[in-house]
Parts: sequence; structure tokens; C-alpha cells
Amino acid sequence: MPNASTHDAIVIGGGLVGAAIAYGLTRRGLKPVLLDEGDVALRAARGNFGLVWVQSKGCGVPEYQRWTRLSSELWTRFAAEVKDASGVDPRHERQGGLSICLSEDELAARRKMLEQIHTEQGETNFEYEIIDRAELKHRVPAIGPEAVGASYTRYDGAAHPLYLLRGLHAAILKRGGAYVQQARVEAIDARPNAFTVTAGGGRYAAPRLVLAAGLGNKALAPLAGLDAPVRPVRGNIVVTERVAPVIPLTHTIRQMPEGGLLLGDSYEEAGYDDFTSLTPLQAITERAVRTFPFLRDVNVVRTWAALRVMSPDGLPIYDQSARCPGAFIATCHSGVTLAGAHALRYAEYVADGTLPPELARFSATRFHVSKAA
Amino acid sequence: MTVTVDGAPLQVPATFTAAAAVLLHGGIARTTPVSGSPRAPYCMMGVCFDCLMEIDGVPNRQGCLVTVAEGMRIRPQRGARVVET
Repeated sequence: MPNASTHDAIVIGGGLVGAAIAYGLTRRGLKPVLLDEGDVALRAARGNFGLVWVQSKGCGVPEYQRWTRLSSELWTRFAAEVKDASGVDPRHERQGGLSICLSEDELAARRKMLEQIHTEQGETNFEYEIIDRAELKHRVPAIGPEAVGASYTRYDGAAHPLYLLRGLHAAILKRGGAYVQQARVEAIDARPNAFTVTAGGGRYAAPRLVLAAGLGNKALAPLAGLDAPVRPVRGNIVVTERVAPVIPLTHTIRQMPEGGLLLGDSYEEAGYDDFTSLTPLQAITERAVRTFPFLRDVNVVRTWAALRVMSPDGLPIYDQSARCPGAFIATCHSGVTLAGAHALRYAEYVADGTLPPELARFSATRFHVSKAA
Repeated sequence: MTVTVDGAPLQVPATFTAAAAVLLHGGIARTTPVSGSPRAPYCMMGVCFDCLMEIDGVPNRQGCLVTVAEGMRIRPQRGARVVET
């Protein structure tokens, strides 16, 4: 058994959450080691839509809307930093986003949700627009006859998740961090502010531990006195051939800078099966054609599916272990959106050893509160 | 039979594909959507997508999978196709 190498922090999970936090630690002059199971891992980082999306988050949970909007605001600086540090541009755009409604019921529900968010956000002044069909047609000429309107906020944007991941990995290395592939965790020895992890035949020691292994967090969390009751929720995505720029950013259909359109938004409880499935693909394309009829004769070039990391209430889980201070956990299903906050805020909290009161809402202790009879 | 390739008439055997006609003509099939780089038909079996071309007004058709017809109008696919909205 080799001696353990020592580091300022061990981050388990080389996806967008782990890499963003590890990068954030390097901003504090720390040298983390990022342990990555490898390409065999269930890579939510490689299967997502790339949205940096704010408008539909945290209705009824104002802390989540605040954290999301903060991340969206930090994202511009975050993207510039990653590009500078790595030479890889995460292709962040923040021109606002539309959620298009195909019925009056949809539009009414949307209006009600955004009104509630606005009320809950109070002084932070959450601004949104409900756009009628005429205005929508003016902004998006390609819209189909069934579209009755849309909601819009200027906070919404998108990035390129593959470039983001690559840029983060490169930035971590350039800034003195370490990255280990094929490093599936075999054992964690967890004591207060002293952690030794055995992974992929190597041993790593640090005073800080961050569990950011997505669905893998469920099994790892108890080893460090933490809890992560997450389950997979499958999403399918359709990719079209490249066409000339034609639509602005929407919640479920986006055009990438190279011209291909991504069509998404499906949710299946399919266990750990990350393969595509005809039923959601049909639903996605059917709604996409209703939204943008020009898609009817645009060619599909590929499809993929991936597994979201879903907590019981859909909110992130952020905790520091009570039993083993210095061990932190971070899990969410919006790893792109929250990358800004993870890098520029959560990493600071890990470096300083305390989570702030604003994140108490996301502690996993919320899953153990007994309901009153 | 006679087809036109980028506006120029060309005599081709009836068994030719549009991609073969383009190769006979000697021009490009397409320019790429991002960098505008020129491409000619390559694999001739439907897997490489380098032979994307406009055939009878329909953009982004894989020319190697389309058999020629009398009067077929074959044009290069210049960059990304423009969709009608």
C-alpha cells in the first residue's frame, strides 16, 4: 500500500460540480486533488442541456431562487476566469431566455409561478415579463401558430458544458491542482479535519474532503458522516443538423453556436439505465415541431440520454459533516447553472470551513424531520 | 442523362449518385457551417456527411444516397442551411 500523497483538499467527482469546486479552491491558493472515476462514471456533466437557467427555479423556496440567480450573476466573471486560466472558452451567453407556452393554461400557470417568485423575492426585485402572442411573434418570427405567449427573464442564459468541463480541468491543473483519472473511491478514512481516501490504487490525504460524485454520492456520503439520498432521473435530448441562426434561447429548445439545435425536456424514472427511449424522444420532437414548425423537415443527427442527480425535493444538498468537520457534500441537478456559485462561493465556504446560514435550507437534515401527526 | 451541377450541365450514367456527379464535375460538395472550409464527397456510403449538397432545392441531402434523375439540379451546400420560418 503506497503512502498517501497530501493535498489541501480531496474532491471526489470530476464532473461539473467537483471541477467547479476544485477550481474555486485554487482561487484561494489551495491545491486540491480531483479524483475522477473516469469515463465509465454516470456523467451528468456530459449529458445535460447546458442552460444557466433562473426563471423557473425556487418557487416556494426563495433561498433556491436566490442562490440560482446569484450563480447566474457570477457566471459571466466565472466564464471569463475559466477562459483566461485555461485557454478554453465555456461559450457563456446571457441574453435572457424564453419559456414558450402552447396553451392558455400553460401561460396562466407560468404567470402564477413567476408572480409568486417575484413576491417571495421581495427587495431583490425579481423581474420577469409575460409576453403575449403578438410580442412573441415579433421577437421570435419562427414561432408556430399554437404558441400563445411566453415568459421571459433577462437572467437566463446558457453555456457549452463540454468546453466548461474541459476548461475547468485545464484550469485546475494550471493553477497547481492535481487530477487523477480511473480513481474510483474504494475507502474513506474520515476523522475531523483529516481524511484519507483510497482510490484507483492510490492514497490521498487532506484536511478537507468534498463529495461531488453525483449519483455516486449516495454510497459515499455515509462514509464521511453525511447523507445524500439522490436518485437518477433520466432525460433524453435530440440534436439536429446545423442550420443558420434562427431562434433565441428557450427553455427546452436551444441553438448551439455552431448551428445545431438541441431539443429536450423529458423526465423518466428509469433507474440507472442511461440509454435513449422512443417515448420521450417522440414527445420531445412532437412538442418541438408544435413550437417551431420549421423543425418539421430539419434532420435529426443524433440523440442521447443521461441521468440527472435528483434529491427527493429537487433541491441541492449542501452540508458539512457534523461527525467529521472538514467533510463537505455538494449535489444538485443544475450543475451548469450553479457552477458559478460553486466555484466562486461554495469553494470559499469549504476553504474557510463553514457553510453560511443561507445554505442551511439545503442540508440533508431536512429529509429526517418527522412530520407532525 | 443530363443533370446540372452548380448550374453547369453534365452528362452522367443513370446509375450515378449525385455525389458521383459532383466528383465527375470536379467541384466541391459543400463548405462547412462553422469555418466555411470546402469539402468533397468522401466515403460514398452515407456515413461521413461530407457530401451534403442541395438537390432540387432541398438542402443538406447526402448526395451519395441519391441516384440521379433527368434534370436534377445539384448545388453545393454553402455553410449551414437557412430554414424558412
